[in-house]
Amino acid sequence: MIRRLLVANRGEIARRIFATCRLIGIETVAVYSDADADAPHVAEADYAVHLPGNAPTATYLRGDLIVAAARKTGADAVHPGYGFLAENADFAAAVADAGLTWVGPPAKVIQLMGSKIEAKARLADAGVPMLPTYLDPEQVTDFPVMVKASAGGGGRGMRIVREAESLAEAVASARREAAGAFGDGTVFCETYVERARHIEVQIFADTHGNIVPFGERECSIQRRHQKLIEETPSPAVTPQMREDLCNAAVAATRAVGYVGAGTVEFLLTPTGEFYFLEMNTRLQVEHGVTECVSGVDLVQLQLLVAEGLPLPMAGSAPQIRGHAIEVRLCAEDPAYAWLPATGTLHRFRVPEVVAEFRALPQPGLRLDSGVRDGSVIGVHYDSMLAKLIAWAPTRHEAARLLASALTRTEIHGVATNRDLLVRVLRHQAYRSGEIDTGFLDRYTEVFAPLLSSVDAVRVSCLAAALAGAAARRADATVLRSLPSGWRNVPSGAQITVYDGPAGPVEVGYRLHRAGDLAGWWVRAVDPEELDLAGLGHPPVTDDHPAVAIVEAEPHRVVLDLAGIRLTFRVHRVGDASYVDSPEGSVTLAELPRFPEPAAELTDGSLLAPLPGAVSRVLVVSGQRVDAGELLMTLEAMKLEHPVHAPAAGVVTSIPVSAGAQVDTGTVLAVLTPE
Amino acid sequence: MAVLDTTIDPRTPSYLENRGVMLERIAELEAALDSARGGGGEKYVTRHHARGKLLPRERIELLLDRDAPFLELSSVAAWGTDYPVGGSVVTGIGVVEGVECVIVANDPTVRGGAVNPYALRKTQRAGEIALANRLPLVNLVESGGADLPSQAEIFIPGGRVFRDLTRLSAAGVPTVSVVFGNATAGGAYVPGMSDYTVMVRNQAKVFLAGPPLVRMATGEVTDDESLGGAAMHATRSGLADYIAEDERDGIRLARQCVRRLNWRKASSARNALPAPPKHDPEDLIAIASADLKVPFDPREVLARVLDGSEFDEFKPGYGTALVTGWGELHGYPVGVLANARGVLFSEESQKAAQFIQLANAAATPLLFLQNTTGYMVGAEYEQRGIIKHGALMINAVANSKVPHLTVNLGASYGAGNYGMCGRAYDPRFLFSWPNAKSAVMGPAQLAGVLSIVARQAAEAKGQPYDEDSDKAMRAMVERQIETESVALFLSGRLYDDGVIDPRDTRTVLGLCLSAIHSGPIEGAAGYGVFRM
Repeated sequence: MIRRLLVANRGEIARRIFATCRLIGIETVAVYSDADADAPHVAEADYAVHLPGNAPTATYLRGDLIVAAARKTGADAVHPGYGFLAENADFAAAVADAGLTWVGPPAKVIQLMGSKIEAKARLADAGVPMLPTYLDPEQVTDFPVMVKASAGGGGRGMRIVREAESLAEAVASARREAAGAFGDGTVFCETYVERARHIEVQIFADTHGNIVPFGERECSIQRRHQKLIEETPSPAVTPQMREDLCNAAVAATRAVGYVGAGTVEFLLTPTGEFYFLEMNTRLQVEHGVTECVSGVDLVQLQLLVAEGLPLPMAGSAPQIRGHAIEVRLCAEDPAYAWLPATGTLHRFRVPEVVAEFRALPQPGLRLDSGVRDGSVIGVHYDSMLAKLIAWAPTRHEAARLLASALTRTEIHGVATNRDLLVRVLRHQAYRSGEIDTGFLDRYTEVFAPLLSSVDAVRVSCLAAALAGAAARRADATVLRSLPSGWRNVPSGAQITVYDGPAGPVEVGYRLHRAGDLAGWWVRAVDPEELDLAGLGHPPVTDDHPAVAIVEAEPHRVVLDLAGIRLTFRVHRVGDASYVDSPEGSVTLAELPRFPEPAAELTDGSLLAPLPGAVSRVLVVSGQRVDAGELLMTLEAMKLEHPVHAPAAGVVTSIPVSAGAQVDTGTVLAVLTPE
Repeated sequence: MAVLDTTIDPRTPSYLENRGVMLERIAELEAALDSARGGGGEKYVTRHHARGKLLPRERIELLLDRDAPFLELSSVAAWGTDYPVGGSVVTGIGVVEGVECVIVANDPTVRGGAVNPYALRKTQRAGEIALANRLPLVNLVESGGADLPSQAEIFIPGGRVFRDLTRLSAAGVPTVSVVFGNATAGGAYVPGMSDYTVMVRNQAKVFLAGPPLVRMATGEVTDDESLGGAAMHATRSGLADYIAEDERDGIRLARQCVRRLNWRKASSARNALPAPPKHDPEDLIAIASADLKVPFDPREVLARVLDGSEFDEFKPGYGTALVTGWGELHGYPVGVLANARGVLFSEESQKAAQFIQLANAAATPLLFLQNTTGYMVGAEYEQRGIIKHGALMINAVANSKVPHLTVNLGASYGAGNYGMCGRAYDPRFLFSWPNAKSAVMGPAQLAGVLSIVARQAAEAKGQPYDEDSDKAMRAMVERQIETESVALFLSGRLYDDGVIDPRDTRTVLGLCLSAIHSGPIEGAAGYGVFRM
């Protein structure tokens, strides 16, 4: 019996596992890095152990420290979650060697599946269908092919090659990348199928020889080979195909002597044939959709199996009820090359969630979130903030519910992929089930922001300004009960200048004595002319009868737009205003009314394009550089970003040094052009 | 607590007639305000903007806390004179960094902001308000000095502006000035006499004599910047405490000065979130009678002005032509005296005298709502001592020390103007509705009196009386008196602090009551001898 479980992970998966532990009476132990000291998973655990540092290699990948933490806290079992050490055979072995229960498959199975080449060889013998595979690139005859790293994962080391001439170079570069990322440069080639779908089967095996398939999941909506939207059942899978898939998955599971929760991934061709891709020896990110439709707590099953107990549903696959879709809400900007976003998540509020971290008692929304209001999203770990799952009787209903909930979710302070997720869920091709792994490349319209119109932005700006006015009135120390902005001789207007989604905008408004809108405008302001914003402008004319104020409070503004009432929720944090309405979400940064005159940036300043760490500084102050010369490099999200001199000149200052953490906009160097 | 009810019916002909007439008066007021807002006219406004400079009201808008109210004072100064409406200066009370301040801003588009007689009186009035109510004063300076053609009317009295500035400072009321342009000769003493001065770089010119006069006087050839530029004053003379990079920056620094005054109001509203009146303030434009001779119930006004329409009437059954009682307005307690039926009799006078003393005993400000044709005349009333009783009331008003607020809702004639705290009795603030009139007596009565006196003089000399010329004389006199009695004319002469839209009455009074409480509220310790 497990009494106390250490979860060697963070974020939503740690919280997910703790939630089940609480339900079934297992005590919990968290581990945490410096940056995660205030994270929800730490607060929710019974015990928590600090892993000093932030880099994964210093913290969540340090198996030795984690085993020591388990010992120190008296934990008798370790659950790895997913990612980090979840598929690390050495760690699994170390846990077992320490006399602790490992919640996962045996180390030797992990090891076997860690090599795709070996796994494919073993499973092909068991009759699992395989795509033509070439260990020697010289043998490739039919194109296109996919070059894959044998030890790979997460899309790294993968290349599509469409003609023989490019193969050699693709293989060479894949080898380099694989060697760098996984310490193993072995690659192989596999026939590449256009418009393929990603289908996987959740299986469970106990130590008593029982193997239960939990049906399939479809994870075809992917970005850069990483899953974004997952669902079950797949709209492409027929009952017969489901049976064939499950049989193949069970055969694969049996062939390797698998124990615990696992996922067998297949590729489904447009003509309905499926082929084995790989087997994941852990709980998947997307396990929640299976929990919804099966009503089974998979984490609870993992713990049961780890304790050596038989699967309660041995011999019969659980009944599948309805349809579940999951989205991965990530702090990243899809329109800008999926650039990770950082910052403080001032508010994260999903409306009408039925349950968190557990199978739903009734159809609705399930939220598995690793964050809460005030969480700081840094550069150290995965960009996924939360998973939102909709479970409904049909696929259409689930997609509609999920899109609507995402639209109404308040996410303040960090850019996310929310708009893209909504656009995919509402896309005609998605709705009709016509999806494959090339979906995002084909339908680029889903990268557009969600806001329905320019007017929606304008009116959101007005709502933000009116909420600001209401807040200032509520906070006034004198004359608080008088009408807002009252004048006996009206001449100008109240002005707020925001930096909005399309650059600076000026909002002007004037209220009548009874608080109704006498006039308003929202107009773009030339950034060069910001000093003049609101000045020398003609008085507001009363030519906007279409908008009327129904209610204006600091956090809520209701406007009547040509006979339609619309409610705007306005959340202000410092200079930022987050405006949420059925029209979409707008983030506005209020610009100071009285800029300090000295705040101007020195000409020639080079600013950090994204948050990260300065990895190398190649020049010194006073040094003459040529145009295009590399001045320094930034490391962010495991990628190295060069910073070049925009023109020839002399470096007059370098305010940062190697190792420094920088935010977007930090001055990296000042260059005096020649 | 009694809540005032209303008997007003918006469907009655009198409501519609009253409203129609009031809207006409409001339109006249708006026309006058348009002219004030227009400053020196489009040509000068455009030129001023083209220089990258702001208009006085733009400077004020920028100085004020966002969304806070602002009461402009004496907006139609010089109305009905040869000078531009507004008088080349904008004054008012507004909130800067949470501090209620008096703001004075020259209008450089009106003859370079030169001070004419009306601008002078308006500026002085703003200074009086700052001193009486202990409101910090912010001067936004850009003025070429005295309007030379009218120097005879302003040079000698005008010196008082500088005296008043330093007396404000001596009384502990802070003064701040921002110089945006010319402040030369006498004008240089505005920054000179202020506690804090800010000058805008490359714009401020503060010197006793400009380059031409210096050359005439001493032969020295020099330039504006050396004589009085912001940089010179900030680094050499020390006259500027802060140098601003531009106008907006100058306003920023003025706000910074006010923020650091650590100003504390003497007292605050008793209730920061008072209940609004229960009846629609929109009706306020239909209460005053279209015909001044028809009295109206001031309780209908109070029902739309006082917090929660609550009014506890004092002596409701005695001297009923004058309503007295207690209420609150935007959270500040007030005692109200309001004419209900025009004429003041002995009972009303005695009631008023008592009520004013009670307010002084309780240190409660008083609100006078004027609609009076004066004290009752006639043998009976004279014999019963109407002068003596009127004197009681005037004595009480004159020696009362609590702040007074006066609004002329309609008529303010004869000694009634005095007893109901007209301008000569120094109310802290006095406003008029656009329909209001004030004079020694009504035009017809005044013309009739002149006619009777002339007729008697002719009879005494045995001369025949020319009825035609009498008729012409009466018509002419009536016209003149009518013209001189109207609100805009009187406001143009600075006999009130502004003509207000009746619907703004509660807001204006609330703002003034709050301003008054910037300083202490004390009742009178003694009065003149009451003649009994």
